[in-house]
Amino acid sequence: MYRYDEIDQKLVDERVVQFRDQTKRFLAGKLSEDEFRALRLRNGLYIQRYAPMLRIAIPYGLLSTKQLRKLAQITDKYDRGYGHFSTRQNLQLNWPKLERVPDILAELATVQMHAIQTSGNSFRNITTDHFAGVAQDEIVDSFVWCEIIRQWSTFHPEFSYLPRKFKFAVNGAKSDRAAVAVHDIGLHAVKDEKGEVGFRVLVGGGLGRTPAIGFVIRDFLPWRHLLTYIEAILRVYNRYGRRDNIHKARIKILVKERGPEKFREEVDAEWAHLKDGAATLVPEEIARIEGRFTRPNYLRLPATDARFEAALATDRAFANWHKRNVHPHKKAGYAAVTLSLKKTGVPPGDVTVEQMEKIADLADRYSFGELRVSHEQNLIFADVQLSDLHLLWQDVRALGFATPNVGLLTNIICCPGGDFCSLANAKSIPVAEAIQQRFDDLDYLHDIGEIDVNISGCMNACGHHHVGHIGILGVDKSGEEWYQIEIGGNQGEIRPGRGASLGKVIGPSFARAEVPDVIEKLIECYLARRDSEAERFIDVVHRVGAEPFKESVYGNADQRAAHRRGQLASA
Amino acid sequence: MATLIKERRIVADSWHLLERGPKGELPEVPARGDVVVPLALWLERRDGLLSRAEKGTLGVWLDANDGPEALAADVRSFPLIAVNFPKFGDGRGYSIARLLRERYGFKGELRAIGDVLHDHLFFMYQCGFDAFALREDQDPQEALSAFNTFSDGYQTSVLRPVPLFRRRLAAGKS
Repeated sequence: MYRYDEIDQKLVDERVVQFRDQTKRFLAGKLSEDEFRALRLRNGLYIQRYAPMLRIAIPYGLLSTKQLRKLAQITDKYDRGYGHFSTRQNLQLNWPKLERVPDILAELATVQMHAIQTSGNSFRNITTDHFAGVAQDEIVDSFVWCEIIRQWSTFHPEFSYLPRKFKFAVNGAKSDRAAVAVHDIGLHAVKDEKGEVGFRVLVGGGLGRTPAIGFVIRDFLPWRHLLTYIEAILRVYNRYGRRDNIHKARIKILVKERGPEKFREEVDAEWAHLKDGAATLVPEEIARIEGRFTRPNYLRLPATDARFEAALATDRAFANWHKRNVHPHKKAGYAAVTLSLKKTGVPPGDVTVEQMEKIADLADRYSFGELRVSHEQNLIFADVQLSDLHLLWQDVRALGFATPNVGLLTNIICCPGGDFCSLANAKSIPVAEAIQQRFDDLDYLHDIGEIDVNISGCMNACGHHHVGHIGILGVDKSGEEWYQIEIGGNQGEIRPGRGASLGKVIGPSFARAEVPDVIEKLIECYLARRDSEAERFIDVVHRVGAEPFKESVYGNADQRAAHRRGQLASA
Repeated sequence: MATLIKERRIVADSWHLLERGPKGELPEVPARGDVVVPLALWLERRDGLLSRAEKGTLGVWLDANDGPEALAADVRSFPLIAVNFPKFGDGRGYSIARLLRERYGFKGELRAIGDVLHDHLFFMYQCGFDAFALREDQDPQEALSAFNTFSDGYQTSVLRPVPLFRRRLAAGKS
């Protein structure tokens, strides 16, 4: 955990005072609905379908058990007993009362938390690899860089009224587990031939109604220049990003309209003035930030553990869980563990107060009192001893978080959808549940292998459907809920050679009840065509193209044409 | 007339803001008084107006989509430059202000006009504005408290050219 110094703490405390005053002025009629909206949004407060929704920041997804217990307390006191972990690694409460939000923020500040810039047209919570600091393929600890950028972006006086929201991701390992290509800015740490750390900088990626893959504006930005270079990008965006149309206001549209080369020239021209200025980072600052992170006090352990090996050999359920939910660690004798929040029948990402408290107890016992929220809406214990895994598994199973489905079809990313969100065109949670029920056979799931299924209830794409290997999008057709299916999306280069890509719609949309059948047909099509178990669904889609998949769902081209003619004739 | 806050105090305002006419035509410049003219007018009649600017009775105002680059050569001639905020959510003026101060070295009065609200003052002040023509419905006394919203800031700004991390290191904190 990064520990605040007195200035960090004071700024967060001052934010509470500011928002309390704004809320008071709004309730007294001194602030218009519109103006308060802009202010409350940058404090994570939406007015939702049934009640306000408060989005609490979990910077880069890292959380201490002290903080999690406070979140449990707040959820219990101000809400209805459960919270929702989002794809931005944040926690959302769906029922707080507007006038009590300042009190919630005050409670959060006591554990170095806040809701700063979790929505609105602002620089949002920075996301990163949930295995930061423990991954075997680490290049840098991305938490350190996330914290540097968090500080730079917090209450930035020049960039607090951007044309639109701004999402930033940092990846510090070889594999991209942070989906950097689908963010307004994505950083991928690299080292040059001399071993100096720098960043590949991507700009203009994003999901939403105009999905785009970011372009590489710089192959290698030396780390010292990180802040001045970001400042140059943000200044070009703040000045020239469109403000006339909310749907064209993201930086990706500016990049597209200018063309990447022209955009790069503009950024470079701006950067020429800022480069080597006072905001140029120095090694002492990196060391200072690193030093303010608590570090696990690792034991020197052998690379294997006999009890653990024995349990693996004899306990099949444990072995299944280990295969999917336990991940390698850079320290010998340790592993990272995913607690799956994707049990069938529970809305993905939802956790009750009791569960939060129990998870905190387990993280204290097994993982140095810290945990992470992943953008796949699961929780991670990053530092578990191999010798504890069997015990931890039993405890986690008792809580319902041991579904061995990480990376598998039922590990669905899903937005809150029409059950909660006022933007949604359609429900998403029941669709996730129907798919999970259809694919409830674990052996079959393992046989299908790694696949990302992502569901969004509207084109705002909070469920990241564009980058699901199978993406499902809720659409509204004259007041009815329909679902469009995409295939071929990929969130980033998790496996070498398969970079980020956007899915393409396979054809006309479906009624909700049809969705599980369609998924099943797509899966059967894949299984019939893969050349080995190592070839994933996404690999087959890219190798053979979409046509066989379309055929499996809609029939061949002739059948589809005949069907369309029939529809036209009857219309 | 909107209330003017300057250097964190409520003050009387002698400046008269000239706007384009209903058909977009440029305004006439009255012979006397302190006037602030639109950028386009300045660019069209610069040579005739320069002496008045240098005497300290003529300023210029930029709209949010105007570039401060257009004033680069003349910036030191003006006693006052105003920047318009057409809507409270429009943040372009913050960049314009920093450029005027940091890149072009403007030292005169930098005034925020338009949708200038209580809750904007803190960041505007950081970006180099020192005068604020509050929107008419704002409570000026209450608004004065906005300058104390935050006791520090992480970034470089006009008010704090040295970023917090350098000041922290200098103070030997860790």
